[in-house]
Amino acid sequence: MNLSKDPLNLIITGVGGQGNVLASQLIGKALVRENFYVTIGETYGATQRGGAVMSHLRISKESQFSPLIPEGQADIVVALEPVEALRVIGQYGNPSVYAVINSRPIFPTAVTAGDAEYPSQEKIRGAIQDLAKKFWFVDATAAAMAFGSPIFTNIIMVGALVGTRLIPVGKKTFEETIRETFPEKTHESNLKAFHQGIEMTKGQ
Amino acid sequence: MSVIKKDAPGSNELLMGNEAIARGALEAGVKFAAAYPGNPSSEIIGTLAQVAADLEIYVEWSVNEKVALEAASAASFSGLRALSAMKQNGVNVASDFILNLNLSGVGAGGLVLVTADDPAALSSTNEEDSRFIAKLGDLPLMEPATFQDAKDMTKFAFELSESINSLVVVRSVSRISHARGNVILGELPKEKKKAHYDTSKIFIPVSAPLRHLALHLKLKKVQEKYESSPFNWYQGPEKPELLLITCGSGWFYSLEAVNTLRLRDKVGILKIGTTWPLPPKLLAKHLANAKRVLFVEEVDPFLENNVKELAAEWSPEIGSWTFFGKSSGHVNPFGEINPDLIINALAKVMDRPYAPREAGYGQKALEMTKALVPNRDLGFCAGCPHRATFWAIKTALKLDGRGGFVTGDIGCYSIGLGPAGFYQLKTMHAMGSGTGIAAGLGQLQKFGFDQPVLSVCGDSTFFHATIPALINGVYNKSNFVLVVLDNSTTAMTGFQPHAGTGETATGSPAPTIDIEKLCQALGVRVETADPFDLQGTTEKILDLINDEGGVRVLVSRRKCALVKAKEEKAAYRMRVDPEKCLGESCGCARICTRIFKCPGLIWNKEKGKSQIDEVICNGCGVCADICPRAAIIREENLR
Repeated sequence: MNLSKDPLNLIITGVGGQGNVLASQLIGKALVRENFYVTIGETYGATQRGGAVMSHLRISKESQFSPLIPEGQADIVVALEPVEALRVIGQYGNPSVYAVINSRPIFPTAVTAGDAEYPSQEKIRGAIQDLAKKFWFVDATAAAMAFGSPIFTNIIMVGALVGTRLIPVGKKTFEETIRETFPEKTHESNLKAFHQGIEMTKGQ
Repeated sequence: MSVIKKDAPGSNELLMGNEAIARGALEAGVKFAAAYPGNPSSEIIGTLAQVAADLEIYVEWSVNEKVALEAASAASFSGLRALSAMKQNGVNVASDFILNLNLSGVGAGGLVLVTADDPAALSSTNEEDSRFIAKLGDLPLMEPATFQDAKDMTKFAFELSESINSLVVVRSVSRISHARGNVILGELPKEKKKAHYDTSKIFIPVSAPLRHLALHLKLKKVQEKYESSPFNWYQGPEKPELLLITCGSGWFYSLEAVNTLRLRDKVGILKIGTTWPLPPKLLAKHLANAKRVLFVEEVDPFLENNVKELAAEWSPEIGSWTFFGKSSGHVNPFGEINPDLIINALAKVMDRPYAPREAGYGQKALEMTKALVPNRDLGFCAGCPHRATFWAIKTALKLDGRGGFVTGDIGCYSIGLGPAGFYQLKTMHAMGSGTGIAAGLGQLQKFGFDQPVLSVCGDSTFFHATIPALINGVYNKSNFVLVVLDNSTTAMTGFQPHAGTGETATGSPAPTIDIEKLCQALGVRVETADPFDLQGTTEKILDLINDEGGVRVLVSRRKCALVKAKEEKAAYRMRVDPEKCLGESCGCARICTRIFKCPGLIWNKEKGKSQIDEVICNGCGVCADICPRAAIIREENLR
């Protein structure tokens, strides 16, 4: 499959502990299987401690790129948390950006403490509509909880990204990558979560 | 299966920079690897530990970086290739040994030191450019710019080390070590090696000045090799309008800057992988073709100043240059560099306009999101025992009322300096420094000092650097309380085992060094507390503060919440009884959400009640003891 743009710049964002790094690794591995150059830059350090985290993926048929996407140059944003989509689009967005967003908020401590406001769903949706070319909101956390644990959120979101057909890798390559990455006893549950994610955006 | 042991030469893999370094060591036939974990270096030894049993190599988590490099050098002295990896602070810890080892030389087995710097201190207390250790110690230095470089340079570093019997330094940074990219694998050697110490050899830096001279001669040899190194390359026109000289993470950013500004026919990029000693002929050749030079590198102007030094000598013969970089103010001499900074630097030097995106959109995007997006403060994880310990410390110091305070160091518990730790931590420097400082504070009574002093350190830090500070306090009859925050892992760097966990780097059982017994042997009073018992812990701290008998130790022990969550189900299912929670009218001033601030507790503004976020809560149950109305309820977790 071909790239719509070279390099294709993808940002996966969320909150520490949501499985950002694993999601970016899965996507990166699948792309390398399809013979792309992939560079992934990850914000570390704060990853387990409630901070905002990001992975930058640079995908190219031509060459290796730096692990950081320049300002305004994101083509796709996958957000495991809604305000994180806004935070990233604010810095890296442009009129052609696509966004795939998990609608379940994780409140910053300033919000849980009642010191800061978390924007309403309508406000978030309005801003995204204003700034992105096209977007998908999916309820990945609720779907993950139905599987028994919020830990499936990231795999469902990877599925949701694949369902949009925005990246040049098919379902089959991802299934192989999932089997290669996870221990055997979790293959079935992760594949199920992945497929459910695809259904959430497919054809929309 | 771990990719780094894949026996498939030519295979194209997505590797983390640290995995690429580990793979390079394996392709060189490394037999011995030792380190103390520290980001961004931790995964080098972490990945080697995973494959150690299969590949029959020895890998250890050492107690600190100096010991790690000493252990690795022993393998080198006995003919085996050995590696030690550390972050910039680790180089400081190991530096006394490094600056003797450079003079003694290494053994028949190549010895490589990988230092992974953390520009912008993303997971460090300090910012530092560790490349100076190479210049300070007259050691060969290389800096990978790509993931392939990371693997290939590490492999070559062993050959180079053996060719001159010297330690070789490979310097990485976060954006290489903690990034991922394509790497083509090479071959894994199969031969076995016997370790033997040739007793005709001595490794003693006697006649230091002569050995120092010999070291300079070794560097001359290295310089010759570096002249034709495949790790240095040039891309651009023969006579560029601007020569961009870069190394390490600067390579990709420079390439992106030149392409973004469409300057490929005007700007040439000289990428140097061998940054100390510099290859003079190669540099002279390229400098002769340019009049304007821009340096791009991360943190200090190391390459920049070293090239300028050479250029000053050559100036009478090959001319003069206008230099741009850190000293001209075009590139920042602190923090990280990134594509935007380098595109802007190049745009300024070449007088090209650059706008990252359409101005109207950019402004709208920034304003709109700034108005809506709340900040995310770092905090302790839900169910973290450190939150409970800091709560008990805060309560005890308040009850005591004499202005007591806490000194500490680097670890997850460093977050104790902010709201998550109720602003308790007042000093934070190197590993173990909180206790060293406490030992000094505890001597100030004769100058009228009358405040209680508590130092905190983690369990891994206790073994790394706290023990000498503690003994210093005991020996000199200081007066303070050490609180060991024992969460039974090295949490901040990725849950590595240590001397107190009963397990080695490769997962085999190990003796557990008992912190309490070790402290008892020093003759100090030692108590143990479970931080989840808030009242009991508070009482113990209060009692220890008031027992003015020299140095006292409290071990506050609870397994890291993240480790626990992986191993077992949550202890409780928590809920807030909306009938009992009175919200603003309670008089508790929303102690649970506003002050205790566990991210698993949410203030529901509409309902005017607290509630549990079941996606975040780890079910530790501690918050139930915070609520004065007993509105937070622990229920048995039946899942």
